[in-house]
Amino acid sequence: MAEKVTLIMFSGDMDKAMAAFNIAIGAASMGMEVSIFFTFWGLNLLKKNEGPIRSPGIMRKMLNVMNRGGSKRLPLSRFHMLGLGKWMMGKLMKESKSPSVQELLTLAHQSGVKFMACTTTMGIMAISKEALIPEVDSFAGVATYLAEAREGKINLFI
Amino acid sequence: MKADATLDCVGLYCPMPIHNTASKLKELKAGQVLEVLASDEAIRADAPAWCKATGNELLGIEEAAGEYKVYIKKTK
Repeated sequence: MAEKVTLIMFSGDMDKAMAAFNIAIGAASMGMEVSIFFTFWGLNLLKKNEGPIRSPGIMRKMLNVMNRGGSKRLPLSRFHMLGLGKWMMGKLMKESKSPSVQELLTLAHQSGVKFMACTTTMGIMAISKEALIPEVDSFAGVATYLAEAREGKINLFI
Repeated sequence: MKADATLDCVGLYCPMPIHNTASKLKELKAGQVLEVLASDEAIRADAPAWCKATGNELLGIEEAAGEYKVYIKKTK
């Protein structure tokens, strides 16, 4: 049986997302079975980049307007500088032929990396399944993650 | 060294060289040799690690003028 790698994507930052997808793609290329559990701000990676915000109630609507998400909208964890830092980082990445977060996400999924979305976060923040990209393989909770993680040697919280 | 196929990863950074190597090797038959060209120094350590994990055979790494030529034999 293939070795298992489980990642918890808690953060919604662009740089941390790149690290997570890099590890996932690398592990998949080495024949490992990889799953990423997206929870809390990490769900922003899985939100669609386009489409309306349909959240019930003023608080959730406000939250999802401020916390819009989508793989193109992720901020840098450092030196974001209202988007200037991210713009510069994007330029540098393009110059060095590095794939963008969206490209890494697609590549990871094509390599067989499984995407799990945390239903608790979805419930609290009122994020519907329709708000997420079709690459999501399953909707699950902590038990599903733990069942995967206990079989794996590599578990990372990002 | 003679190779059956060549993969150009010059200018690419981690994880692209190993990802592309894994994809390209799928197209080859067992016993065939893949030549990977790379400029990211990580390949010197990553190629042996990748081969060890996947069970493919690393025949050698040649280095010249900041570029690397990695030879991997597909075992199965």
